[in-house]
Amino acid sequence: MVEVWYGIIALMLTLYVVMDGFDLGAGALHLLVAHTNDERRQVLSAIGPYWDANEVWLIAAGGALFVAFPAVLASGLSGFYFALFLVLWCLILRGVAIEFRGHVQNDLWREFWDRGFSAGSILLGIFFGVALGNLLRGVPLESSGWFALTLFTDFSARPPIGILDWYTILVAVFALIALMGHGAAFLAWKTAGAVHERSTRLTWRLYLLIGALWPVLTVVTSIMQPAMWHAFLSRPLAWLLGAGSLAGFSGVFVFTRRGRHLSAFLGSTAFLGGLMLATAVCLFPVMLRSVDNAALSLTAYNASTDARGLQIALYWWAIGFPLAVLYFVVIFRLHRGKATAAGEGEGY
Amino acid sequence: MADPVFWHRLQFAFTIVFHYLFPVLTMGLALLIVIMKAIGLARDDLRWDAAARFWIRIFGITFAVGVVTGVPMEFQFGTNWAAFSRYAGSVIGNTLAMEGLFAFFLESSFLSLLIFGEKRLGRRGHFAVAIALFAGSWLSGYFIIATNAFMQRPVGFAVGPGGSLYVADFAAFLLNPWALAQYAHNMISAVVTASFVVASVGAYYALQRVHADQAQIFLRIGTIAGLVSSLLVAFPTGDTQAKLVARYQPVALAAMEGRFTSGGMAELNIIGQPNVQAQRLDNPIRIPGALSFLAYGTFHSNVRGLNEFPEQNWPNNIELLYYAFHLMAGLGTIMIAIMALASLLLWRDRLMHSRKMLWVLMLTFPFPYIAVITGWMTAELGRQPWLIYGLLRTADGASPQVHSGTVLFTLIGFGGIYFVLGVLYLFLVGREIVHGPVMTTIGEPSHG
Repeated sequence: MVEVWYGIIALMLTLYVVMDGFDLGAGALHLLVAHTNDERRQVLSAIGPYWDANEVWLIAAGGALFVAFPAVLASGLSGFYFALFLVLWCLILRGVAIEFRGHVQNDLWREFWDRGFSAGSILLGIFFGVALGNLLRGVPLESSGWFALTLFTDFSARPPIGILDWYTILVAVFALIALMGHGAAFLAWKTAGAVHERSTRLTWRLYLLIGALWPVLTVVTSIMQPAMWHAFLSRPLAWLLGAGSLAGFSGVFVFTRRGRHLSAFLGSTAFLGGLMLATAVCLFPVMLRSVDNAALSLTAYNASTDARGLQIALYWWAIGFPLAVLYFVVIFRLHRGKATAAGEGEGY
Repeated sequence: MADPVFWHRLQFAFTIVFHYLFPVLTMGLALLIVIMKAIGLARDDLRWDAAARFWIRIFGITFAVGVVTGVPMEFQFGTNWAAFSRYAGSVIGNTLAMEGLFAFFLESSFLSLLIFGEKRLGRRGHFAVAIALFAGSWLSGYFIIATNAFMQRPVGFAVGPGGSLYVADFAAFLLNPWALAQYAHNMISAVVTASFVVASVGAYYALQRVHADQAQIFLRIGTIAGLVSSLLVAFPTGDTQAKLVARYQPVALAAMEGRFTSGGMAELNIIGQPNVQAQRLDNPIRIPGALSFLAYGTFHSNVRGLNEFPEQNWPNNIELLYYAFHLMAGLGTIMIAIMALASLLLWRDRLMHSRKMLWVLMLTFPFPYIAVITGWMTAELGRQPWLIYGLLRTADGASPQVHSGTVLFTLIGFGGIYFVLGVLYLFLVGREIVHGPVMTTIGEPSHG
């Protein structure tokens, strides 16, 4: 049962990354791929129907973590207190920017929100990368199960550690580029004209950059966390997911060249999703790694709630999850085809 | 520097009050929009479609602010109340996660279709989307109320490994009688809020002598829904809620009423300032026996005063609790009177020309907001000193390793961000109201 819930949470967080990832990536590229008001509205129309529902995956995954592993949620959210509020403020800025921009037909108003949307998206990409970096590196857990991290110390990735150090920044750079690649692939699929051309070119270039950084990050992480590397070698499921990720990565190039942009976007989705899930498999059962004493780590086994509580929560999850997937199928079908900027004063 | 728990509480209180100003309107409006669209369809009357379209635009702006201010609420359980989250997260995580899966996905998937999809979906399709948004927002309300109800009256749980709680009886937890009563009271108060807002805009147009058709529609739906809902919010729902408090949180009832000593024929205090040091009410105006009757159904029932409870279990801000409750109840009564008078004039076909009444309707839209906020303050201050009633004290629920300096920083940050957000919201809604509703033929876009 504990394994099932670990899997559920890994799946929901992965869905968050691949779904909200494309609109975060599109936001990070907003000023780059769209220059005129019409082009920018194309970008916003492309992500407009999805961004809010995409963000719900984060809320729902958080809720699932709350039910199944309350000690992990409590320790993690309070330990990263400072960084989390920066994330929340960026989420506010970004959400408001998408929804408010179209309400006033004024160039300054639009420019303000375009910049806010772009800055918020870039910062969120970086913060989520930093968060992943912290999970991989570990945190200074005390025997009480709590920890507190300041934003930075000496950036050395050695105790006393902070949220930002060279390693977590490296992960953040990779995450931002990966999300931008994903966003570019989405825009190449969902837009036409100049935005489509620029996004297609950027997909190619960003994925080349990902190809260069991916091995570096893998090697660095294996050196820092040999246990993760050994877990990878001994778990066939991780190979399978890693292979899926690699296939998706190659697919982006193959399908972008052939002009099959939906397939390229699905390739990008497989790349990100495979990478996330493979990481989760390698980390299992550790959920919150302790930097100095492995015995203090919060794991799926020592941080889970009672088995009966897990059983009960599985009932509503088994109804709610397919429903959520169904809504996504419905909105993707209703908004199929290329996104265009609607008439003045309508749409995003 | 005050104790960190003070700052944790202040931040949560500030962010939840600001947040709730938006969903309280969208939940109520969702119902009124469904009604407007239903009448438009049934009578084939385009004026009602235009009315719905106007309120959908306001709904969209309000909903967006509700979403972005709502996300921090979910996170603050973990960031600021980590000890509480570790202790009871496995229980309240159920309703919080279900809200995401069952309500938020429904709302967020169909929101942009409600706002931009009228042309694409046609009249019936768009009506269906309005119903989906209504269902989503009212479901969302239930999950949050059920979460709060567990904190007010914990049921359906068991103690698991390490002493933390988990859900043992799911039905008992989800159908907590406290949740059902509180839900009815809360959702109807959202309808009161939306009714006052709709009537207020109608009154503004009528006073300005613009958009006469829409002014009439807004005033009609606003006053009728306003009268029905402001009656229901008092009786039976408010009454049921008060009886639950009397039964399960008698010390909270004593503090709400500034009742320091026990006795039968308990009086209901209409006016008076609680003096906690001297344990009395200054210059009170009271109705003898009314509190006994309202709490227990007979005039002679004994209503226990604060003197019967150990001081460590008294709500720790008796004065504020007393004023919050009295503001809510007083405004509730005034709102019934306003809507009754307006309905009478509407029935006699004189509302559109009664400028005095229109002025009142235009200016009183803040009343339901104040009543809703003070109502929630009554619930939450009355729950003190407990975070989960009888199980966990608020002082023991905060994040142990987050200090005052950190919380104050984020509180100041929220202050600045929410100020700007509030100004932007008023600016955008003001523009929509000035711009006014637009009549179009079926399926035409809404806004020129």
